[in-house]
Amino acid sequence: MNQFQYVRPTKPQAAIDAVAKDANAKFIAGGTNLVDLMKRGVMTPQKLVDINRLPLAKIERQGNTLRLGALALNSAVANDAQVRERHPLLSLALNAGASPQLRNMATVGGNMLQRTRCTYFYDLSMPCNKRQPGTGCGALEGINRMHAIFGFSDKCIAVHPSDMSVALVALDATVLVSGPKGNRQLAFADFHRLPGDTPERDSNLEPGELITAVDVPDSPFTKHVHYQKVRERASYAFALLSVAAALDLDGNTIKAARLAMGGVAHKPWRLTAAEQVLVGKPATEDTFRQAATVAMQGAKAFKHNAYKLRLAPNTIVQALKTAAAV
Amino acid sequence: MKTLDKQIGAPMNRVDGHQKVTGAAKYSAEYELPGMSYGVLVGSTIAKGRIAHIDTKAAVGAPGVLAVITHLNSPQVPGFKPTGKDPSQPQTVGGPLKIFHDDKVRFNDQPIALVVADTFERARYAARLVMAHYTQETHQTNMAAGAKDAFLPTSAQKNPKSPMADYQRGQADAYKTAALKIEQEYVIPTEMHHPMEMQAITAHWEAPDRLTIYDKTQGTIGTRRDFAKEWNLPEANVQVIATFVGGAFGNALHSWPHESAAIIGAKVVGRPVKLMLTREQMFTQVGYRPYTWQKVGMSATADGKITAITHESIGQTSTYEEFTESTLAQTRMMYQSPNLTTRYRIAALDVGTPIWMRGPGEATGAFALESAMDEMAYLLKLDPLEFRLRNYTDQDPEKNRPWSTKFLKECYRAGAERIGWTKRKLEPGALRDGDWLVGYGMGVGTFGAHRGAAHVSAQLLPNGTVVLQCATTDIGPGTGTAMTQIAADTLGLPPEKIRFELGNSGFPQSGSQGGSSTVNTVGQAVQDACMALKDKLRELAAAGAPAFASAKKEDVALANGYLTLGSNAATRVPYADLLKQPGAALVNVESKPTGNDGQLYSMYSFSVHFAEVRVHALTGEVRVSKLVSCADAGTIINQKTAANQMKGGAVGGIGMALMEHAIIDDRYGRYVTKDFADYHVPVHADAPAVEVYFVNQPDLHVNALGTKGIGEIATIGVAPAIANAIFNATGKRVRELPITPDKLV
Repeated sequence: MNQFQYVRPTKPQAAIDAVAKDANAKFIAGGTNLVDLMKRGVMTPQKLVDINRLPLAKIERQGNTLRLGALALNSAVANDAQVRERHPLLSLALNAGASPQLRNMATVGGNMLQRTRCTYFYDLSMPCNKRQPGTGCGALEGINRMHAIFGFSDKCIAVHPSDMSVALVALDATVLVSGPKGNRQLAFADFHRLPGDTPERDSNLEPGELITAVDVPDSPFTKHVHYQKVRERASYAFALLSVAAALDLDGNTIKAARLAMGGVAHKPWRLTAAEQVLVGKPATEDTFRQAATVAMQGAKAFKHNAYKLRLAPNTIVQALKTAAAV
Repeated sequence: MKTLDKQIGAPMNRVDGHQKVTGAAKYSAEYELPGMSYGVLVGSTIAKGRIAHIDTKAAVGAPGVLAVITHLNSPQVPGFKPTGKDPSQPQTVGGPLKIFHDDKVRFNDQPIALVVADTFERARYAARLVMAHYTQETHQTNMAAGAKDAFLPTSAQKNPKSPMADYQRGQADAYKTAALKIEQEYVIPTEMHHPMEMQAITAHWEAPDRLTIYDKTQGTIGTRRDFAKEWNLPEANVQVIATFVGGAFGNALHSWPHESAAIIGAKVVGRPVKLMLTREQMFTQVGYRPYTWQKVGMSATADGKITAITHESIGQTSTYEEFTESTLAQTRMMYQSPNLTTRYRIAALDVGTPIWMRGPGEATGAFALESAMDEMAYLLKLDPLEFRLRNYTDQDPEKNRPWSTKFLKECYRAGAERIGWTKRKLEPGALRDGDWLVGYGMGVGTFGAHRGAAHVSAQLLPNGTVVLQCATTDIGPGTGTAMTQIAADTLGLPPEKIRFELGNSGFPQSGSQGGSSTVNTVGQAVQDACMALKDKLRELAAAGAPAFASAKKEDVALANGYLTLGSNAATRVPYADLLKQPGAALVNVESKPTGNDGQLYSMYSFSVHFAEVRVHALTGEVRVSKLVSCADAGTIINQKTAANQMKGGAVGGIGMALMEHAIIDDRYGRYVTKDFADYHVPVHADAPAVEVYFVNQPDLHVNALGTKGIGEIATIGVAPAIANAIFNATGKRVRELPITPDKLV
């Protein structure tokens, strides 16, 4: 690991200033991803601004939304009584991720900003446009079993590894940000980026901007929800792919629906068109299959991940079946 | 008088359990020595070629760095001297990698430099500053391509009776002309041992010609021999200490480059060097289960008698060492087939050398054989258990001689009952539990009941404790515990009065812990040493103890910690009292097989594993919901640690069947699975409660204890049991492991 400076401000503005003024500075919260990346030399910040002393860990109601402080621990959010009651989908997604030890360290903001698990990104001796722009994409013609089927570019086919973010994009959350130019809000769906020509940028945060909270609005999706994560072992593995499903049912009729997928794109992948297919229809496997077919429009596989074209629609169906309990 | 409880067979707790769970047990990277320094290895980033230039200037100048060693400045290691005729090709095939000896790169992440610094962190930082430039050559890491040049191992070329040589009984490839036949290919990918404790060594030159290493090894004597030879030292000048080993599964059966590197480093800096591999380096530098391609052809009569089997295999090895294993051994002896052909080949790729991984070749071979058995049974519309019973062998069909013991039928019976085999349907896809398809499968395992030679010393101390010593290691099965139980029963002492010391090359010699042979070999030596010690005590008693003044040696009886004289209950002397008179109560015995049982009988352990699996109908996820492992392993010394070994082996089998898969990107000849996020082993949630059954019948042809060995048969046959259960659940036959959801969806 390279030597680095370490500061631990107690006020948000001081933290923002410290990073905004130094291109080689990074925020650190739980450190569950950044420290690994630093040990491997994938990321080499010269200054770490520890934000753990900032007062950003609260989970509280603000009008019709639940505000999750950026420093709220994944375990705290997953087990929070209000989250479990009003946003059980979020709780399910969080508990499907990582391990209890990691969830006790990782924060809301850090979870959103975790880097891809693409093996080419992690190996300094291999090409990776995300790690080192212009070197090429090792995965494009490499071992791309875990990679994207939506929204990729010829520069990068990596996927975003977060489970939590898949639930938050489905729940229409809003990201609150503070930066050198003041405060602003981003729709969760606009927070992460597709790789395009700049895969080195994972999110739309500007330099020095700090996530302060995530607002999750009240919704009718308190009962018929499910987070279906398919992985190679029963626990503690990144998703081959995952589906967040939420239904608002009137009897057996779908009044409203939310669907999002993880492990298929460079960002949590909201399936708006498929949601529209569901609305007004009976909650049956046949309906779910129709939605899954629409969800898969535009999907394209690489040499080693063609299975995702079969697995994704099946997982959508399974998630909706479990959510609707049919 | 209270008699002592019998210890052999009892579920005694581990004698070192408390030390292990409290952190008191010291592993090889936990020794602190004055002046300690720390080594970090730099690996190559190409798979084949030459180091054109290596820039170490920045690393040498980094804070705390004591030395940066490469092929350009490494001291001459006597054992690395050229052995071939062409001095430009000093690296001869057949030997381990000679580290820092030349500019050749033979596999990706081959160590090309060692940085030694005063702290670990400084060494690791400086290691990243070493920059190498290469003249790259075209590498071959792809097995499908490499298999075209597969060859008969040299050992078999030289000796047609080698177990690696082609084998035939009856007619060659007779299955081809039969009416009822199958012919299928099976693949096991590269799998990694990944014990919890990573490979580590602390090397200390106590004098210019005297070396002590605290090393992770399965054999202190073998390791001593290797490094004494490497440095041209008398073996007595090299001491290897491996008191605790945090798992190994075979990967500490070979001396590896990092061990040589630490010893070189310690020589150069004149201080002890501690070197622990990273988890990433564990993928590239300490062996693996080789990628293996297999093909099985099998034919049978309509009433289920196998008429022919042909089993071919190609395993991967490195370009500089020929690694072979007994992939085809089980096929030659397990079923009664009049026509049988086996052909074993290896293919040399630009990778590091493989090494035996638990169950070794037999586990690889059993995946193909036992999958083929299931396929043939299905073709015949026969229950796979019934099919195996119809081809049961009452004597060894390979060697045409009786089994020493074989209770496999009892294992079949017990396992079928425990798994609920009657619930199994012949046709796949017939059982369902909600969204999950349910299936049942079985797989058989066998491994030679090997016994070698071992020395053990036994000494009675004045406090009444008996100390036994042997150079053997304990990589996790509970060796010290089993030996304590054997000694307690033999000596007539409670276990608290026994201390078994191991893991030190200075102790009486034994072989490495591997091949399920430790209890068979060292256990018997312990029993023999204890018998000899009792004899010694009788001798001491008869020679001088006042209570036995007129007694003959044969009249002195030993039991429950006391010497007695015939029926005279009044004469009762504690063992330790004998030390009050002249003569030492110390014996040192060598124990090895005698007689010709090894020639008259075929000696094997047997196991059968029954699996119940659930496969998700839509997502293809597999959960092993029940696993029953039954073993005919001879006498069970400790019911608890033996069952623990069986369970560990079964969980290893789950990993093999469902998740373990090391992948190389052949464009770079480099692993893309480099950590536990990419290379999966089972977590607790993947392991059901494994039910274990032991026949527990002694095999007195192996040794007087009647043990046959457990470690390997715990894993052999598990993977095919699961694969067969998946077929029974889904109708999908996956012949390439691991069976991940993408192959079932």
